Amino acid sequence: MTKINLLSDKRLAPYVFISPFFILFLVFGLYPIGFSIYLSLWRWTMRGPVEFMGISNYVNLLTSDPFFWRAITNTLWLLVFGSFTQHFVAIPLAIGLNDKVLKGKEFFKTAFFVPYITSTVSATLIFSQLFDNNFGWINYLVNFFGGENISWFTAEWPAKVMIATLINWRFIGWNTIIYLAGLQSIPDTLYEAAYIDGATKWQTHTRITVPLLMPIIFFGVTMSIIGGMQLFDEPYVLMGGYQTMGGIANTGLTSAYYLMFTGWSATRFGKASAIAWILFFFILLMTMVNRKITKSLDKRSL
Amino acid sequence: MNKVQSKGSGRPGTFLLGLGRYGGLGIFAFLFVFPFYYVFVLATHRVPFANPPHLFFGPSVAENFDALFRQIPFLQSFGNSLGIAVLATASVIFFCTLGGFAFAKYDFKGKEALLVFVVMTMAIPPFLNIIPFFRMMVAFGWYQTWLPLIVPGMANAFGIFLMKQFLEESIPGELMDAARIDGLNEFQLLPAVVFPLAKPGIAILGTLTFVGSWNNFLGALVMLPDPRNSTLPVSLSSLFVRSDGNYGGLMLGTALSILPLVVIFIFFSKKIIANLAAGAVKG
Repeated sequence: MTKINLLSDKRLAPYVFISPFFILFLVFGLYPIGFSIYLSLWRWTMRGPVEFMGISNYVNLLTSDPFFWRAITNTLWLLVFGSFTQHFVAIPLAIGLNDKVLKGKEFFKTAFFVPYITSTVSATLIFSQLFDNNFGWINYLVNFFGGENISWFTAEWPAKVMIATLINWRFIGWNTIIYLAGLQSIPDTLYEAAYIDGATKWQTHTRITVPLLMPIIFFGVTMSIIGGMQLFDEPYVLMGGYQTMGGIANTGLTSAYYLMFTGWSATRFGKASAIAWILFFFILLMTMVNRKITKSLDKRSL
Repeated sequence: MNKVQSKGSGRPGTFLLGLGRYGGLGIFAFLFVFPFYYVFVLATHRVPFANPPHLFFGPSVAENFDALFRQIPFLQSFGNSLGIAVLATASVIFFCTLGGFAFAKYDFKGKEALLVFVVMTMAIPPFLNIIPFFRMMVAFGWYQTWLPLIVPGMANAFGIFLMKQFLEESIPGELMDAARIDGLNEFQLLPAVVFPLAKPGIAILGTLTFVGSWNNFLGALVMLPDPRNSTLPVSLSSLFVRSDGNYGGLMLGTALSILPLVVIFIFFSKKIIANLAAGAVKG
């Protein structure tokens, strides 16, 4: 008879191996998440709880906080023009890359992927120079084509366009790589049949490629929603930190930026927790809508 | 698809189409890579401002080094970034290989449910718990230390899932049984069988973890907010925010902060791209 202990028991060992995850999740994940619900019901400052608010934090944010709605509309605008637009560029790029006789494919893939591994801060600092009001390449080109200098940092809409450009730049390549992998799993025979039937290239892509890519499009758009709704680093650095609250007319104030401002600059932890939960609810809602849309498109095309 | 494309050479306009394809891909490749080239160019000019903007390397690297070291404690920030990234990577590799191994190679009660749970935690946005987490770190005495940026993520869902996918195929069950017959217990299997065979997976997980930690801005901003003793992203961004326009040092610092990633990426890019893409398609 061998002695059964933790070290040699085949039935116990796997539990020991996975236990670190559950311990860490309990302590650093579940407990703070639960506590943030509690926090969101209080006026809570650096010194601790001040006053029980019930759901007033939520009600005030949703009904009478102009910054909150400003932040939500900014976030949604950036989500559409910074995150969703990526997919309209990435899918054609992936189709262009998906060709076994294409030369330099590895080069293109690497070049497309490089922005994704750069830190947001480095990328943001580089873009701050490219978009410099007086001496950046972007305004140089604008001048070259006969335009006036654009105040990228100090005018409302140009600042938004700059942030959206940066987000597109960082993630188009990543999405292209994902879509390329999806394209490679579509069987050649489908395209051959379409070719024999005399389908044009455009028809082939709208009738075969895009419908079969739907699951991946769902994945990609979901990632965009989750990332886009939490957008913080880019506008925070470009627009100059907490003090400016998103720059001129709060143009770069995203909901995550406002959350951080509320929590760290204004040290209103309860209100900030309420923002976090509203944000979470929005993400959940949008993911569900995305699922519905993807599903109905899927049915229509097949 | 490739067959159709090569067959399609009989169609009129295919040559132009091919040219357009290379042109289009080339333009995007240029747009994605140029900013990197540009930051290295700016790192060599004392003043980034010029009309037309700089396009070639300049003579002021030494001056910019002086400016950078005067403006921020660059070496300290670099050291913090490196220390945190190395410790985070090492611990993630250890704990996630362990967890992934259990899910890949053992049958145990509740395995499926636990795995689903692990995967589902990936959907929780980090903003949800950031405020209580911050207060907790203060209570632990971990505020303004490296620990909050290392410990909570040591055994993370993404890493466990990645290693599970990888280990399922790369460790033969017979090898484990043979090792057991040789008298190794379950824990001795780890150094003897699991870690050696997991090396390619570890390379990917390690690279991703290192890059993620190296680039982490939000976490460092919250836990190490003092730019005099923080990580590179925090001290560089603080320099940008308060700068008077003398960006030479800042651009050199930015270029130097990208350098380690470029080196890593040159070694691992092909593997990472292939595996991430495959994971996304499977998932």
